[in-house]
Amino acid sequence: MLDTQVVVSPAPHIKDVITTEKAMKMVMLALLPATLFSVIAFGFKALGLIVCSMVFAVATEYTIQKALKKPVTVYDGSAALTGLLLALTVTPELPWWMIAVGAVVSIGLGKHIFGGLGYNMFNPALIGRAFLLASWPVAMTTWSWPSKALGWAGNQVDAVSGATALNLEKMGMLKTLNLEIPYANLLWGNISGSLGETSAVLLLIGGLYLIVTKVIDWRIPVSFLGTVFVLSLVFQKDPIFQVLAGGIFLGAFFMATDWVTSPVTKKGRIYFGIGCGVITMLIRIFGGYPEGVCYSILIMNAVTPLLDRLTVPKRFGEVKAHA
Amino acid sequence: MRAKTFQGGVHLHYHKEATASKPIVDMPEPKQVILPVQQHIGAPAEVCVQVGDEVKIGDVVAKAKGFVSASVHASIAGKVTAVGPMPHPGGRNVMAVTIENDGSGATSFAAGKELDALSGDELKQLMQDIGLVGMGGAGFPTHVKYYPPEGKKIETVILNGAECEPYLTCDHRLMVEEPEKVILGLQAMMKAAGTDDGYIGIEVNKPDAIEILTKAAASDPRIKIVPLEVKYPQGEEKMLIHAITGKVVPAGGLPVDVGIVVNNIATAVTLAEAILEGKPLISRIVTVTGAVKNPQNLRVRLGTSVSELVDYCEGFTGTPGRIVLGGPMTGPAQYRLDLPVIKTTSGVLVQDRGQIKLLESSPCVRCARCVDVCPYNLMPCLIGCAIEAGDLAQAESLGIMDCRECGSCTFVCPASRPIVQTIKYAKAKIAAQKRKNS
Repeated sequence: MLDTQVVVSPAPHIKDVITTEKAMKMVMLALLPATLFSVIAFGFKALGLIVCSMVFAVATEYTIQKALKKPVTVYDGSAALTGLLLALTVTPELPWWMIAVGAVVSIGLGKHIFGGLGYNMFNPALIGRAFLLASWPVAMTTWSWPSKALGWAGNQVDAVSGATALNLEKMGMLKTLNLEIPYANLLWGNISGSLGETSAVLLLIGGLYLIVTKVIDWRIPVSFLGTVFVLSLVFQKDPIFQVLAGGIFLGAFFMATDWVTSPVTKKGRIYFGIGCGVITMLIRIFGGYPEGVCYSILIMNAVTPLLDRLTVPKRFGEVKAHA
Repeated sequence: MRAKTFQGGVHLHYHKEATASKPIVDMPEPKQVILPVQQHIGAPAEVCVQVGDEVKIGDVVAKAKGFVSASVHASIAGKVTAVGPMPHPGGRNVMAVTIENDGSGATSFAAGKELDALSGDELKQLMQDIGLVGMGGAGFPTHVKYYPPEGKKIETVILNGAECEPYLTCDHRLMVEEPEKVILGLQAMMKAAGTDDGYIGIEVNKPDAIEILTKAAASDPRIKIVPLEVKYPQGEEKMLIHAITGKVVPAGGLPVDVGIVVNNIATAVTLAEAILEGKPLISRIVTVTGAVKNPQNLRVRLGTSVSELVDYCEGFTGTPGRIVLGGPMTGPAQYRLDLPVIKTTSGVLVQDRGQIKLLESSPCVRCARCVDVCPYNLMPCLIGCAIEAGDLAQAESLGIMDCRECGSCTFVCPASRPIVQTIKYAKAKIAAQKRKNS
């Protein structure tokens, strides 16, 4: 006879090592190079914004869950990740209290109003960013250049110091000033922009790490970037500039791939990426904003349930003529 | 030759090394056996002995009731000491015949024969007479598969040597140690089916089995040995058929719909022994492994208590935390050890208490890992959420009835959601509703 208590649970009795918590930590790890770079490039004000955003995001989640007497899940890392992502999408010049408001909105309106992790329709960090952009448009678009970025453009850049590469392109200033931003600057992040979007290479490293470890699917970033590239050619824009400048790398690898708000089907993910690319380019070319990554992903988030429904995979052995 | 496979599935840690190279050991006859009348899918057999009766090894103690049923034979010689409900691996008490061993070892086997001396119909009758069922775990009465419904014909017989469940090595050892019986069993099945097309599918992590069976089958060009990729659930019937033949069994259909019958290695060996020695299904190979001191592959009389198997393997190492009959992906966990080994008991897996992590389930984060691995191309996450919301109609329209409960979705779920468990529950509920409505 058994003289000890044993666990009686239904099969399976073994489990893969991946957990939601672990995946969140892996995403944060993947963002670490770009995050460190932003602190090096923009200094301690960048670090302050990141810490502030993360602290307020976690505190908001904790407060809401306590208030609603729900289990507190701040340890799963998802709120901290939202805070980090939000900080990476804003300008280093943003006042700290604004990012705090953004973090509260991200977690409150972006996540818990829908029921918490897993139930939110939209990417919480992008909800926060959209809210900030609508509320304080000037503060959100006051850019600055990394301290050592001026070398390549000399004094001319003084005239355009408040603009991102996409701003300059949008306003036609690259042409009027006869200014050319070297691809290398875009690649390494030696340009103005939001905290985390400047260094394409470091974002790519993180993104590839997540693809290799199967935390994210390659389909969304590839179709997103590919669409932007192709549409640039169609509209006679410099495709390499369009892909490297702005928030596409951050958006394609870290925002659009958010598990909760992207399609669950493989086909759906490809359409999702294409949709993001198309809307981004429409906004960049025809819209009022120089950059459209944030809104393109938010709009595609809304389309996700529809994409899931339209791309249900054919079941193994599915019988067509079902009477 | 490139290993064949199917789409989806998961790569597991197999942990087969503990027993894979250990020869099968004949466990001594137990002092007592408990033989439940239900060791198969279908109607329970009817007890045909009384307390006090003397039985020999091979005597029928419970007779098949109807066509989809299987007889139960005495696995030791002695006196019937009890007839009544007893604990069963299925979880509920089941009517069973208890026999006390008299140590005589007296048998009542029929005379052994040559395969050539038996016709296809006689072979089908033999399957029925010896109480043969699928010994891989499902326990479907074997003879039933060889009477295809009207208008259908069996063109191919496949032996399932994938053994894709981690830890288990009972089929592996049979293939290595009894290759002639495996081949003879398959030849008999092909004769019963009236076909000249036979396959044995084996995962490539058993290269010795592939080599030995290829040699053993060399004289019979009708039999093909097919190496399969090591992936779970490679041994799932429809996946196996797809990997080997490329054929797709329609959803809700049976292998016979595409002209195929699949049987397990142990089933084939048991049939071969019935032909050669007249011996009915009275024993099987059980892999006893995990947290036991001396993991082994044992040849065990049906009805032997699981606790005796554990004792024979020198007991637990440390404190047992979970005891599973079968493999870890699909086997049922047990709360007691005084359970009989039945026709479908392929393994006794002991997990140490320290190995067991009870993970709390959290909301679905739509990571779609389950969608990626589902061999049936279902969307387990959405099905699970539909069931949680009480929407069984939605679960049904998402194809829940196509699920074969392999558990891959649950294995990969980062939110530790009990997906396959809720699916099993909902399938039973839907089936019950349908019965009620019809």
